[in-house]
Amino acid sequence: MNELSNRFRDIGEFVPEPDDDRIICRCEEVTKGEIRQAVHDGMYTITEVRRYLRTGMGLCQGQTCGRLVKGIIAKELGVSPTELESATARAPMRPVEMEILANEKGGEEA
Amino acid sequence: MNKNAEVIVIGAGVNGCAATYYLAKQGVRVIVLEGSDYIGNGGSSRNGGGVRQSGRDPRELPYAMWGIRELWPTLSEELGADVEYFQEGNLRLGKNEAHRAKLQSLADKAKAVGLDVRMISGDEAREINPYLSEEVTCASWCPTDGHANPMRTTLAFFRRARQLGAQFYTGARVAAIKTVRGQARQVVLTDGTVMEGETIIVAAGYQSRAILNTVGIDVPMVMRNSETLVTEAQPPMFWQMLGTAAADFYGHQTPHGSFVFGGTAGYDTFNKFRPDGIGVPQTTSMHPSYLCRAILGYFPALKDAKIVRAWAGWNDQCADGVPVISPIDEVPGLIAACGFSGHGFGTGPAVGKLLSQMATGQELSVNMDALRYDRFVAKDRLA
Repeated sequence: MNELSNRFRDIGEFVPEPDDDRIICRCEEVTKGEIRQAVHDGMYTITEVRRYLRTGMGLCQGQTCGRLVKGIIAKELGVSPTELESATARAPMRPVEMEILANEKGGEEA
Repeated sequence: MNKNAEVIVIGAGVNGCAATYYLAKQGVRVIVLEGSDYIGNGGSSRNGGGVRQSGRDPRELPYAMWGIRELWPTLSEELGADVEYFQEGNLRLGKNEAHRAKLQSLADKAKAVGLDVRMISGDEAREINPYLSEEVTCASWCPTDGHANPMRTTLAFFRRARQLGAQFYTGARVAAIKTVRGQARQVVLTDGTVMEGETIIVAAGYQSRAILNTVGIDVPMVMRNSETLVTEAQPPMFWQMLGTAAADFYGHQTPHGSFVFGGTAGYDTFNKFRPDGIGVPQTTSMHPSYLCRAILGYFPALKDAKIVRAWAGWNDQCADGVPVISPIDEVPGLIAACGFSGHGFGTGPAVGKLLSQMATGQELSVNMDALRYDRFVAKDRLA
């Protein structure tokens, strides 16, 4: 177990901040306040926040907001961002139409 | 760190989190030990979201049907978080006579235990879902099936149970269960920490096998890899859950607009993995292409939808395809819930509630004798 293993760890009360309505994940329109609240609901990892709120699950797959989300979660937990494991990157590296993926042969048969 | 509780739950998947919620709601003190670093990191977060009864083994139907009747309709309200439950029916699609015969046989078995599932023609299926291709010639239709968001559901159970005082630890890998005077009592972690509880529930997917082995109990199951993918958001098209007689794909459209699809290309089931369940399950390169071909055969209108992500997960495949959900007679105080074989999400709330009843000695809402751990006998001895 590590420092973040105990989901009962005291991170203090949720205190509203003036920029809580700022959109952090643009693809999925998730705000800073929603991310901070999720941490107070027990989501102590980037992976859990993204599964709960869809941060980084849109078209860009977190390439735009990944660092920002990590920074917000780390600050809320009172740890360094380097202590947080980044979210898993998955294939395909950019969105691909189903018709294109379905055709493995390419070329004139495409 | 608090090391004592009335109930210790091993595994923070949908079953473990649901059991914990229903226990905490009654004021029971619970400690939850999750081996990975994440809540709901196994099949609970990696599945297609089906909340269905059709296509299930008759032994699973009583509790699957009970959960859909009694728990799912009000779950979002109860947990204070939207689990995106849709009860808009399940279409299981067929393209030929062999498919029709298979669907008919499944429907007959389900009807025998009281489920409303019926055979319909290709045209009737297209009336329900106008996007279906002409290749579809028959389907089974179960109007009370549906789907939900598995990640939201699992984490909503976690969130609410935690608010009610349940203590969750991640990265807490179990080395052994120890008995005291014949009773299940202690849970020893790999770092030497010892937790004590009056009742211990093992709901740790495939890892349950090794954990139960430490008290001499074995559930015959293997690990199986499974792959899924998701499209970008599409305009709303339909809300049914989909499956096929050929088992070439399954899936649904989410309220977000994306389609979540799963299915096996044949070899991905045997993809390499770490047997301890640590790390990220790998996807194969052939799977997304295969799955897109399978889906476009039924839904040609989706050809321009873009795939944004593919992922994999592990099933705990039980020898006879249905889980063990059972108290262990030889070790009083020990309860096992494992071997869900790739279709455990939809029954998660029901299983959680039943586990909470088992743990507190209440009468079970559904008879669970068919899911006992000691049912495994030679095939010539099967009834």
